[in-house]
Amino acid sequence: MAESTTYKVIGTRPIRHDGVDKVTGRAIYGADVQMAGLLHGKVLRSPHAHARIRSIDVSRALAVPGVKAVVTGADLPPAEDRVIQLGEGAVNLKYLSNNVLAGEKVVYKGHPVAAVAATSPHLAEEALALIHVDYEVLPPVLDVREAMKDDAPLLHDNLKTKSLGQETDKRSNIATHTQFKAGDVEKGFQEADVVIEREFTTATVHQGYIEPHNATAMWNPDGQLTIWESTQGAFTVQRQLAPVLGIPVAQIRVIPAEIGGGFGGKINLYLEPIAAVLSKKTGHPVKVLMNRAEVFESTGPTPGSYIRVKMGATKDGRLTAAQAYMAYEAGGYPGSPIGAGMMCIFTPYDVPNVLIDGFDVVVNKPKTAPYRAPGATNAAFASETVVDELCEKLGMDPLQFRLHNAAKEGTRRPDGPTHPRIGYRETVQAALDSDHYRTPLEGPNVGRGVASGYWFNVGLQSSVSINVNADGSVTLVEGSTDIGGTRASIAMQAAEVLGLKAEEVRPIVADTASVGYNDVTGGSRTTFASGYAAIEAAHEVLRQMTERAARIWKVEAQEVTFADGVFRNAKEPEQRLTFKEVAAQLGRTGGPLTGSATVAPRGVGGAFATHIVDLQVDPETGKVTILRYTAVQDVGKAIHPSYVEGQMQGGAVQGIGWALNEEYFYNDKGVMANASFLDYRMPTSLDLPMIDTILVEVPNPGHPFGVRGVGEVPIVPPVAAIANAIHRAVGVRMYHSPMAPGLVMTEILAKG
Amino acid sequence: MAVVWIPSLLQSLTGGEETLVVSGATVGEIIDNLDGRFPGIKDRLVEGGEIRPHIAVAIDGDVSPEGLEQDVRESSEIHFIPALSGGLEDRPARAPARLRSDRS
Repeated sequence: MAESTTYKVIGTRPIRHDGVDKVTGRAIYGADVQMAGLLHGKVLRSPHAHARIRSIDVSRALAVPGVKAVVTGADLPPAEDRVIQLGEGAVNLKYLSNNVLAGEKVVYKGHPVAAVAATSPHLAEEALALIHVDYEVLPPVLDVREAMKDDAPLLHDNLKTKSLGQETDKRSNIATHTQFKAGDVEKGFQEADVVIEREFTTATVHQGYIEPHNATAMWNPDGQLTIWESTQGAFTVQRQLAPVLGIPVAQIRVIPAEIGGGFGGKINLYLEPIAAVLSKKTGHPVKVLMNRAEVFESTGPTPGSYIRVKMGATKDGRLTAAQAYMAYEAGGYPGSPIGAGMMCIFTPYDVPNVLIDGFDVVVNKPKTAPYRAPGATNAAFASETVVDELCEKLGMDPLQFRLHNAAKEGTRRPDGPTHPRIGYRETVQAALDSDHYRTPLEGPNVGRGVASGYWFNVGLQSSVSINVNADGSVTLVEGSTDIGGTRASIAMQAAEVLGLKAEEVRPIVADTASVGYNDVTGGSRTTFASGYAAIEAAHEVLRQMTERAARIWKVEAQEVTFADGVFRNAKEPEQRLTFKEVAAQLGRTGGPLTGSATVAPRGVGGAFATHIVDLQVDPETGKVTILRYTAVQDVGKAIHPSYVEGQMQGGAVQGIGWALNEEYFYNDKGVMANASFLDYRMPTSLDLPMIDTILVEVPNPGHPFGVRGVGEVPIVPPVAAIANAIHRAVGVRMYHSPMAPGLVMTEILAKG
Repeated sequence: MAVVWIPSLLQSLTGGEETLVVSGATVGEIIDNLDGRFPGIKDRLVEGGEIRPHIAVAIDGDVSPEGLEQDVRESSEIHFIPALSGGLEDRPARAPARLRSDRS
């Protein structure tokens, strides 16, 4: 591991390669795709949260002039009720297919039922109104605890509770029960001097990306299907699409456009199969776009949840036991991030006795999708609030308490494995040392809160190719959708190896036919894993370039060295060639030069964050105003510090919105009442102060440059930090998120 | 021999044992040997010749994409943890055996 001072590119702040395109509006997003003969698709969605479909009559819609095709779930191949492997995970094919176009049932309001392709979007919309669907309306269940009851309406005829390879006999809305256990929690609680047990609920929250979902499909008569869209994972779309459409992966090419935000929400299939079957039926390319209401009602938010946490500590502030009961709403089909939440809830701490039970529960809401550290924010809201109450009871500074109990290298995680080198303690110490924490907070109804969070990060698979150009620049071909500046962070790692400037590496995000397999941009994996592939590809380029230099000098390759962008002949020190000079001679030394690498790297480094927030509560309205916010995070090695800071700020802001405003309001029929940005209130720059950042660099030993994923963990602490600050401001504890003015006011009035 | 951490939901099959020292050069061999001592445990972990969907195997803290074929060292720790599904947080449930990195 080289010291940071030796880096020439890493740690600098070049302008991102895609910057000009994006700020001038020239970047091509999914909705910008145009082509000859393009038809427009629109989707008919269920008005009911839970209903059986008796029949669908599309005849009147088909009769509208300009309407070219109508499709329903019957136009997709029969979806078997079986789990299929997609390489990066396992999914139930029936659930995957039925979520795209309903089968015999609709299980949430907004569930797609049919779709129309027409010569204009307006005609398609008109035709939707003429489709008659005969529904048998069923009672919905919208709350996770209600759904777990024995007499709850059941969403699926075949769903039983799975518990590590064992299935119960009884039908249920509980899809899975998972458990982590270490030590003896009862004994641990007996050893504690202080025990706190609390219940928490969190609302359904959407990622709120600005760009709605989109897909354009062209199904050629020879069976070749091309999809243009914005997605976090072109290859993942390809792999999901193949079994849903019943065609080989090899017949599908997915061309990713620029993405206007995803945060985990643009991984699952939604419009792609619909556009594909409409294209197959019409012989035309078909573009389907969602509007904002469709995004809210029909794509995957993060789950509402119920969490009960009990923690115990000794008088001297040592945690002895921690227990959690966690039930997450999966939406209409199984697959909430309950496992991830369980893996994160107590992981910042070294606790000898732990018991965590987690339940994945279906409810009549849209199927949840990942959202930035999925499941971890809900979990941290509960555990970090209880930690704060323990500190209050013990009279300890909450950061000192965390430092006292912090997990470190070798600490066993609640899910079993031990931590490798991590930087949690360092984030807490940096928070303690920060100007923010050392500055007294004064004023009426003001409070300061802190909280920490963990996200494990993932590695998965990446591929990168590097082509050397005649002028000595290189083109880097990658398959990771650029979110948050990953073109730059990947290119900079290659540049560092090759001795080039960041601007001399031109990164291109390629489609599924143009680069090796890449998993999604998600799990905070891209700068780690695709960066790793770029490093390996760059080394391969160097190996070949060294051979070319040797050929020029007519020596053996092992006699050529490379440092600081210059090849040298070890036997003739005066003989030197720059990277550019060797590149200029490629044609005479063997022809074009390309290096590529594929990786499935291990050594993923987990990420920790500790946040500090100052806020003021209006005691007459309950409105919370954020006064000051500092996000501290172990970032491993910041490749491009500005984009790392941007991730930390973005995560904190999303967490603040989650804490104070954002939620799906449902009526008792399961209809979302606030499916627009007017009523689903996300914070803007006018609502917030500058989010200060403190980058703590504890290099990940599992990456050549020490990279840890940085994108997700900053959303984990904010909700708890704000809850703790509200308590200090006005003396009320908040156990539900969001802590909207009405709820805060209710608690203030109840306190009297 | 490797140390296998038995998930709490399977400890009823191992008489409450939380960790077991088990011989075997691969995850598959270890599960077979485990099943020899505690019949029924393989059925809970393996389906159709693969690690069950929604279960991942972690060797020394790293989730392995190689499943039953994953090599295990004498000093390894083996954990069975949730194979997270749903997209972003997916862990590989099964993938062809591959090198850590493969330059070409």
